[in-house]
Amino acid sequence: MKPRPFDYVQPDTVEEAVAILAEYGDDARILAGGQSLVPMLNLRIVEARALVDISRISALDVMREVRGKIEIGAAVTQNKLLAWPQLAEKLPLVAAALPHVGHFQTRNKGTVCGSIAHADPSSELPLTLALLGGEVVLKSERGERVLAAEDFQKDMLTTARAPDELIAAVRFPLANGKGVAFREVARRHGDFAIVAVAAVVEDKNTVRLGVGGMAGKPMVRRFAREEAAGAIAAWADALEGYEDLHASAAMRRDLFRNLGPLAVTEAIRCAA
Amino acid sequence: MRRVNRDARARVSLTLNGRKLAAEAEPRTLLCDFLRHALGATGTHVGCEHGVCGACTVLIDGVATRSCLTLAVQAEGREVRTVESLAAPDGELNPLQQAFRDHHALQCGFCTPGILMSFTDYLSRNPHASEAEIRDVLSGHLCRCTGYASIVAALKRAARRE
Repeated sequence: MKPRPFDYVQPDTVEEAVAILAEYGDDARILAGGQSLVPMLNLRIVEARALVDISRISALDVMREVRGKIEIGAAVTQNKLLAWPQLAEKLPLVAAALPHVGHFQTRNKGTVCGSIAHADPSSELPLTLALLGGEVVLKSERGERVLAAEDFQKDMLTTARAPDELIAAVRFPLANGKGVAFREVARRHGDFAIVAVAAVVEDKNTVRLGVGGMAGKPMVRRFAREEAAGAIAAWADALEGYEDLHASAAMRRDLFRNLGPLAVTEAIRCAA
Repeated sequence: MRRVNRDARARVSLTLNGRKLAAEAEPRTLLCDFLRHALGATGTHVGCEHGVCGACTVLIDGVATRSCLTLAVQAEGREVRTVESLAAPDGELNPLQQAFRDHHALQCGFCTPGILMSFTDYLSRNPHASEAEIRDVLSGHLCRCTGYASIVAALKRAARRE
């Protein structure tokens, strides 16, 4: 289908963008890569009075290292990050997760911040940001605030962003040579995961595990290494999972019980 | 700052396959429809209209992009390449097209323009792509006729892997 009519606004600067958001409030949608928003507009699941196109704001198309974190601006595409030569060294978990995000063709336009903003419960980048303890930088005419990933994503497709706020950037903490692993099960490569898991080895006794597709948002826990398998099984039961077109809750629990320990083992092997 | 009201029509100027062209579009006009209906470039096909099937893939500034997930107004000033740009003016197929022909990599041909444009971008970045890499990029396209085997064979030929 085709989208319903909307005003199109293309600000040249972040200041202009937040002024437009303040003007339209709830009625505006931010357009960056459009790989989630435009399908929803075409299918008329989402309606907007205005689209605020930030994709040509050059100040948002930047990646930089700031105090132990990699800051990725709102116009940076997923393929631009994937092609960054230092990605595997500085953000190995992101390097492992990114090839699962959509397809080559959608990553060419889809943005890193857009995935975080869309907040799909089984999406790879929100899981990665939550597991690494990353941050989301929000800007509005009222000023700037920085939220921890766990405080940003509230529930399925729901975030703490106020209507007049722009996600200016996200920040991934450097991994510092820790062992990491990423695994997911999807119907088809490039589809949204049914269940996705990511693991980071914290020290020789502890591992941190994150899971997407089991609740309304990515969930993260720490385990003692040797207790991981039993703890994951118990956690799968506690989370319950949910049923949709792609899988039953029982299938999700089963996938998590199997994928979780695999990711932990792989992360430990990667750290060794 | 550029602003187009919902009822207004904006003039969109772009370079299509090396020619500078302009036409009017509403903010909600998708690039695929703009190419086909306003500019008459019907080589680009429109399938699912939500970014899944890949039939509408074109190059925008050299990068393979879903034209059904791009607004016409977003293409202002950009260089757009479609399947019409691939063959020589006398109709001689380029090596990628010839490989598709030689391997019977198309039947109805609906998905073909998108696949050709995806791999025009991808093989320019990775000219000797492996079969695994080819299959990964091809996963962004749906073909209901071929079962993909002949497409993979054609792409391996184009990547000089066989």
